[in-house]
Amino acid sequence: MTPGSTVESGDDQLDPLTIAERWMLDGREVAVATVIETWGSAPRPVGSHLVIDEEGNFSGSVSGGCVEGAVISEAADVIASGEPKMLEFGVADETAWRVGLSCGGKIQVYLERVG
Amino acid sequence: MDPHLLKKLNEARRARQAVIMLTELADGRNRLVKKGDPVSGELGEAVEKAFRTGKSGAVEAEGQRFFFNVHVPAPRMVIIGAVHISQALAPMATMAGFDVRVVDPRTAFATPERFEHVELTADWPEDALKERPVDAFTALVAVTHDPKIDDWPLISALKAEAFYVGALGSRKTHARRVERLTEAGLSEAEIGRIDAPIGADIGAQSPEEIAVAILAQVIAALRKPSQSRKD
Repeated sequence: MTPGSTVESGDDQLDPLTIAERWMLDGREVAVATVIETWGSAPRPVGSHLVIDEEGNFSGSVSGGCVEGAVISEAADVIASGEPKMLEFGVADETAWRVGLSCGGKIQVYLERVG
Repeated sequence: MDPHLLKKLNEARRARQAVIMLTELADGRNRLVKKGDPVSGELGEAVEKAFRTGKSGAVEAEGQRFFFNVHVPAPRMVIIGAVHISQALAPMATMAGFDVRVVDPRTAFATPERFEHVELTADWPEDALKERPVDAFTALVAVTHDPKIDDWPLISALKAEAFYVGALGSRKTHARRVERLTEAGLSEAEIGRIDAPIGADIGAQSPEEIAVAILAQVIAALRKPSQSRKD
């Protein structure tokens, strides 16, 4: 490699927003989920992303794997309607969601369609 | 999210520009603000604060609830020495989110074949670091064992207050290094900032294990600056 040249780093392969852009250019429908707020010992910090396509393929994370399934199923609705959604997950949150964070935290996730 | 804004956001991140993606949570409208862009009023104050702290979060301003996703450039790692340890450390650090660069004037070591997908400069650190010098957001890892190559970047990193400065070498090698750096005019406190023996004390033996130990210590220096010192 020549000095000063830029290459796609290994980081880009795992970067959700870079992946979202790539999927978009491939003509796939994409939703972006973002951690907006956390309370207690939430596993992923505010600003973390999970990106999902219309077939349920996903990359990144908004929790340590606790609530991704629920976010992915909601993403299908958001992709279809184009309306953003605010999701909340917490400990023993049985009423709204059948999933919770095992670590005892609480998170708010904003889900929006790209385009 | 507007696809055009996503593209702009990724462009700015690749160019190491600090940017904020602003989302109006009531209606989902997004806006991208680059550092230095004029934003007036209450929102402008919030933007200025977000750039200063680098923290993402929900913000109440002008009667609206916004989400600010603050993207600041990744910390850098400059590795002096295109050695076996660096071949393991460069991809590991890249994966951990560091912007990695390897510098070694020895062209036998600094070959693209040994460092695929890594920014590699086959030049003396004095020349290689002229355009993009080490700054406070840089970790400097010197692993050549050769004072002719390691000393200059070590001194420049200590002067620039790089958040991490580490040097490979036995206690004996390091004792001689301390003597040379003292002669070069560095204070005991400055020299004391060098992480040596390099890396977290996990009994690392193979080059790959040593790379893990170094990366662990670099992350500790980044995330727990007051507690990361081993002495």
